[in-house]
Amino acid sequence: MAASAGSRLKHADALKRQNRLEQWTLLGLAAPALVVIVLVVLIPVGWLFYLSFLGGDGQFSLENYQKMLKYKSYARTFMTTFQVSILTTLICILIGYPLAYFLAQLPNRIAGLFMLTVLLPFWTSLLVRTYAWLVLLQRKGILNDFAIQIGLWDSPVKLVHNMTGTLIGMAHIMLPFLVLPLYNAMKKIDRDLMQAASNLGATPTRAFWQIYFPLSMPGMVAGSLIVFVLCLGFYVTPAVLGGGRVIMVATQITAILENQYDWGAASALGVVLLVATILVLILASRLFKLDSALFGKG
Amino acid sequence: MSWLNKAASDTQITHRSRLWLYCLATVIMLLLVIPTFIVIPMSFSDSQYLEFPPKVWSLRWYEEYIGSAKWMRATATSLKIAVLTMLVATPLGTMAAYALFVSGHRAARAVFVLLITPMIVPVILIAIGTFYAFGKMGLNNSITGLVLAHTALATPLVMIVITAALRSYDLDQERVARSLGATRLQAFFVITLPQIKFSVITSALLAFLTSFDEVIVSIFVSGGKTATLTKHMFSALRDYIDPTIAAISTIMVLISTILLLVTQRIGSRKKPD
Repeated sequence: MAASAGSRLKHADALKRQNRLEQWTLLGLAAPALVVIVLVVLIPVGWLFYLSFLGGDGQFSLENYQKMLKYKSYARTFMTTFQVSILTTLICILIGYPLAYFLAQLPNRIAGLFMLTVLLPFWTSLLVRTYAWLVLLQRKGILNDFAIQIGLWDSPVKLVHNMTGTLIGMAHIMLPFLVLPLYNAMKKIDRDLMQAASNLGATPTRAFWQIYFPLSMPGMVAGSLIVFVLCLGFYVTPAVLGGGRVIMVATQITAILENQYDWGAASALGVVLLVATILVLILASRLFKLDSALFGKG
Repeated sequence: MSWLNKAASDTQITHRSRLWLYCLATVIMLLLVIPTFIVIPMSFSDSQYLEFPPKVWSLRWYEEYIGSAKWMRATATSLKIAVLTMLVATPLGTMAAYALFVSGHRAARAVFVLLITPMIVPVILIAIGTFYAFGKMGLNNSITGLVLAHTALATPLVMIVITAALRSYDLDQERVARSLGATRLQAFFVITLPQIKFSVITSALLAFLTSFDEVIVSIFVSGGKTATLTKHMFSALRDYIDPTIAAISTIMVLISTILLLVTQRIGSRKKPD
């Protein structure tokens, strides 16, 4: 008896060891990817973190962060960044919700066809789309010509190189990031629920607001969060369509490097941007239990 | 128009009372697509100023593009970097996604989060960070540096596509193969890979586009002879509107459209309904 129990233990041990070995081997398969991420993201960003705490004399100091509190231009940049991010997210929700709802109601095959209109911009270079808006919105652009022709306004309106142009371009670029998760969430809503609501006498409007809308919330929150976080660090579109009038954090970081070559100040600004992004993500995932919506099975 | 009175949804709402939604959705979809395609007719204009519709049609801007050594070199660089990024990021991301999905190790989730950090960290930080770090390592203005940076940006996308594919795939098939004597490697290549191959192709195309369209890291890390197409386009956009960009944009739109249609084709073949 004792002998067989002992050998069983030995076998169990061997199995466990083999299992552990295999787990480590598998984990090893992720190592090359990890090396690249460490080289390109973790070390450089860590380095910036370190630089942000170096003063002009090379000693540890908080002067880069104190500068941010001292000069008004920093506060203005952060205000603009949040303003643009919040407005873009709101515009995307207003436009994206009806579109996602429309697509979710269609039979799969047709929805797939219409979905191309969302996927195509998603796959097209951001630079190309920003350029297209620049062309559309300029003083002698198509939009101004068209509006004057149909009598919407008399003389060309300044639509670009300002906040308006930035918001239009940003909303266009961000829309797919909202529509895709929202559409997926809507597709998961059990259709029987709406039929049941209708059977029990709810009007279509009431059924929508009481049943459908709350159930689509996880998708909307996840989509809005992605849009908001992407907006916070956005560079290309505000730089081109804002024409120097819409200064966001990313724009200012580049400007500091180009004009003053001040790595400490640029890094500090970058660290604040990163911390803000992470805070938004943590807060949102606490508030809405987002893990599963963002990372799949969680 | 009896169709209008038919039920449109599970709450028996009619198509007639839904017409506003159809109109609104149509307008939004047009707004999404038009700015992508508007550059195509404009690129065939003869004018310095981008007109729509063009009064005189010509291939002037295409000739300008093809005739310019600067644009041609940038295009070749971008293509080279994008192909290399695709070739590196696809196997790296697939390996990592598979490993983390199959391994029951406690650390797997942490590693996964670590690997998708490029999607969370604002790209501008990665751009200036790599510019600084690559400066110390002598990797700035080099193809290696750019491919490395773009691989980091593309790998998370590959991982997400492959993980999604593995989730809808029955791993028991691999277990069966192994119980019949196949090694893990054989089981993966013979049983699993053929079944997720369409996702692998999709992720490879995504990796290619991620690199080809990437702007911010390229602005910082590339330069001189390795300046990418997007870097030149960005500086041309900031200074003045050069119509050559319309011609280049048209080519880029065509590339994305073709790649997207390829993946859609693949997707519909994968699950015939």
